[in-house]
Amino acid sequence: MTSATKANRNSLRNKLHQVLPKSSILETEEQTRPYECDGLTAYQQKPWIVVLPDSIEQVQTILRLCFEEGVPVVARGAGTGLSGGALPLANGVLLSLAKFNRILDINPDNRSATVEPGVRNLAISQAAEEFNLYYAPDPSSQIACTIGGNVAENAGGVHCLKYGLTVHNILQLKVITIDGELITIGSQALDTPGYDLLALMTGSEGMLGVIVEVTVKLLPRPEQAQVILAAFDDVVKAGEAVAAIIAEGIIPAGLEMMDNPAIRAAEDYAHAGYPVDAEAILLCELDGTHEEVSEQIQFVQHLLKQKGATSLRTSANEAERLKIWLGRKSAFPAVGRISPDYYCMDGTIPRHQLPKILKDISELSKEYNLLVANVFHAGDGNLHPLILYDANIEGELERTEEFGGKILELCVEAGGAITGEHGVGKEKIDQMCVQFKSLELQIFHDIKHSFDSKELLNPGKAVPTLHRCAELGGMHVHNGLLSHPGLERF
Amino acid sequence: MSVNRTQELQDRVRAALNDKTMLKIVGGNSKEFYGNPSLDSENNKTEIIETRIHQGITSYEPSELVITARAGTPLKEIEALLAENNQMLPFEPPHFGEHATLGGAIATGLSGSRRPFAGSARDFVLGTKIISGKGEIMSFGGQVIKNVAGYDVSRLMVGAMGTLGLLLEISIKVLPRPNTEVTQCIAMSQQQALKTMREFHQTSLPLSALAYENEKLYVRLSGAESAVTAAQKKVSGETMLHAENFWRQVNEQLHPFFKSNKPLWRLSVPYIAAIDIEEKSFIDWSGGLYWIHSDKEAEEIQQLASAQGGAATLFKVTDNSHAYTERFAPLQAKIKQFHVNLKMRFDPYGILNYGRLYSDL
Ligand SMILES: Cc1cc2nc3c(=O)[nH]c(=O)nc-3n(C[C@H](O)[C@H](O)[C@H](O)COP(=O)(O)OP(=O)(O)OC[C@H]3O[C@@H](n4cnc5c(N)ncnc54)[C@H](O)[C@@H]3O)c2cc1C
Repeated sequence: MTSATKANRNSLRNKLHQVLPKSSILETEEQTRPYECDGLTAYQQKPWIVVLPDSIEQVQTILRLCFEEGVPVVARGAGTGLSGGALPLANGVLLSLAKFNRILDINPDNRSATVEPGVRNLAISQAAEEFNLYYAPDPSSQIACTIGGNVAENAGGVHCLKYGLTVHNILQLKVITIDGELITIGSQALDTPGYDLLALMTGSEGMLGVIVEVTVKLLPRPEQAQVILAAFDDVVKAGEAVAAIIAEGIIPAGLEMMDNPAIRAAEDYAHAGYPVDAEAILLCELDGTHEEVSEQIQFVQHLLKQKGATSLRTSANEAERLKIWLGRKSAFPAVGRISPDYYCMDGTIPRHQLPKILKDISELSKEYNLLVANVFHAGDGNLHPLILYDANIEGELERTEEFGGKILELCVEAGGAITGEHGVGKEKIDQMCVQFKSLELQIFHDIKHSFDSKELLNPGKAVPTLHRCAELGGMHVHNGLLSHPGLERF
Repeated sequence: MSVNRTQELQDRVRAALNDKTMLKIVGGNSKEFYGNPSLDSENNKTEIIETRIHQGITSYEPSELVITARAGTPLKEIEALLAENNQMLPFEPPHFGEHATLGGAIATGLSGSRRPFAGSARDFVLGTKIISGKGEIMSFGGQVIKNVAGYDVSRLMVGAMGTLGLLLEISIKVLPRPNTEVTQCIAMSQQQALKTMREFHQTSLPLSALAYENEKLYVRLSGAESAVTAAQKKVSGETMLHAENFWRQVNEQLHPFFKSNKPLWRLSVPYIAAIDIEEKSFIDWSGGLYWIHSDKEAEEIQQLASAQGGAATLFKVTDNSHAYTERFAPLQAKIKQFHVNLKMRFDPYGILNYGRLYSDL
């Protein structure tokens, strides 16, 4: 870990002032406050210094200087992350990529776009629109979040089931290593020789290098897309309907589920016409050629009725389709309106475990006396339970975090994972001890060291130390087995 | 068949560690030709470790779209079970032999003609269980479609040629088979074919392969019957009989194009590449993959691909003319350093498939 002294930091500050214009360095309390947290506001920490480079050379210099002085660096895109990944360090540099906001090239013949990392997700599709192409992964935060942040988190969206996650939709990255070297990972071609460093870098949460350029794949816009909104009087029935659609050999473009509290909040906020008395709704989008979509829409409508849907609504035009999605895409802010605070979880499960997990969550909700609204990427088994709480009530945040941690442990027990798309960051570091054994955690540290031997890139995130797990292991005894039996306990 | 030999395999790796023996990992031995040939050195002897003893599908729930199997499971067994449930491995792994295993398919990371439209082997890998070169058993990823906990070590294993770990078990996302699949064949020149591929690929046609060889463009369409029928009209050309057989022959390199004594090169290039070489090519992946038989110097072919932003692999040789040629294209120095660092962490004593990917890994 870093052992940078105050003298190192002073020296670094002087050097930074020599290489960057004054306007690219923020130091006062007032200037650094906007960077004190990401989308997970429960964690706050002002950075020692913020730098806003606007060229690759500047990033190279900054990292080289940090490397020389042994000062840690946290990269930041738009700061919409939900796991405290971009949470600054009190003794570290916060490197914002906000000025890297240029779209460098759209190449319709290669069906690719090359952009700087600070470009917003949605801006890529907007720029590609004139060629009738788009960038498929569409996180609900797509108007704000950056492509660099998407790569660092391997972001998903409501269209992942059919079109994949970020890792499936990028070709090449340009990355600056901690010692300031510019490297190219992946290529403009589909296959690249050697180890799949592109996959390793995707979702690595800023721990292996700083991304300064991204080449994404673009897809032709489907000829037609229609969404069905189906209401159910029982969440379990809605879950069964999801399995039935997939069992019929249909891969919808999007397949989302919301429970009653989420429906009410979203409807109140977005007026999308959601049935507020339903126990659950499914949004099933089908896209493709006109012929295919018309055929499948009819089929799915029929199937949903068979599976007990109490009402069905199908978008008749693009405006209606977008309106139906708006409710879903604004689910988080909508819940934010009905509760002083909310805490968004991100576990994944094999889909058939859904009824059990929902039942368990509702029991925990009673036990902790905290309400939960469930939003669910149902097609790919990614749950977003939103725990409603009030940070001003003493102890409620701690209770919420404990409740959230239990939900994630349930996901692991069900054969799933503690995070599907939001990343581990600072937030889920303890649950990593539940998900992985010491050997795997050790190899994660080994991977980190392969790229960043001094542990200067976003240290303390994503992978817990084995000691931390050992301490927790004392508390978490699963089925009578300690999770990290090989470690000394103290 | 289902046999769990985890312990035995782990013991073998540990014994190799003790005796400083190098291990050559073998599945169905169908892809023995691929990658650098294993070289016995004076000081180290190489032993074969067979994964076929460790086989069986351990879980498969069609509506979850995930199958998990031991690495030594024959590919054809997996494909048969999926077909019974109207599903498939969307990346169309080539077998190159009767006994090809899942482990071999994932370690080589090769994908068939559907790749530009459906994705590659690595795209569909969800989880792996491995034995590292230290003899340790580790699991990464899992059986869920989304999982961003920890680095993506599962995908790192794909195409690593067994140099980072011996694969024990792999979970793969599967997809429904398309209802209908037809191939249209259109006579045209290579230049025109490349242009047409680019045009088609920018439309919403239900494409699942675009290939060109010997004055013919092959357009495979997959999906709902109505969609395929409508697309057939737009694409025009002649509908191929026995198209399934054609694509299988291409994938398995049984197609007449692949009958040659010259070294076979595989060039993965951007879709927009223009590969200028007198030898005839088989073009697949919508212009992103060129197969070329050529006697030319390795550097010359490498240069041809890298100048276009791609890379060339010496895929297959029939004599020992290339005994000391690296099969895979050279890496940028820093990237190579990261490869070495990773190898040092996963297999510090270099016992697993040493040299198969790069002669010093
Ligand atoms: C309302 C709301 C809805 C959301 N919906 C979704 C959703 O549907 N799907 C989803 O996946 N996520 C969702 N998110 C989470 C978040 O938007 C994503 O994780 C997004 O990818 C973060 O991008 P960012 O630019 O804000 O990154 P930041 O939050 O700034 O950073 C995230 C991580 O990436 C690292 N990083 C950023 N840029 C770089 C770079 N250039 N090089 C190296 N590392 C870098 C940071 O260090 C940090 O670890 C949502 C968030 C909100 C607030």
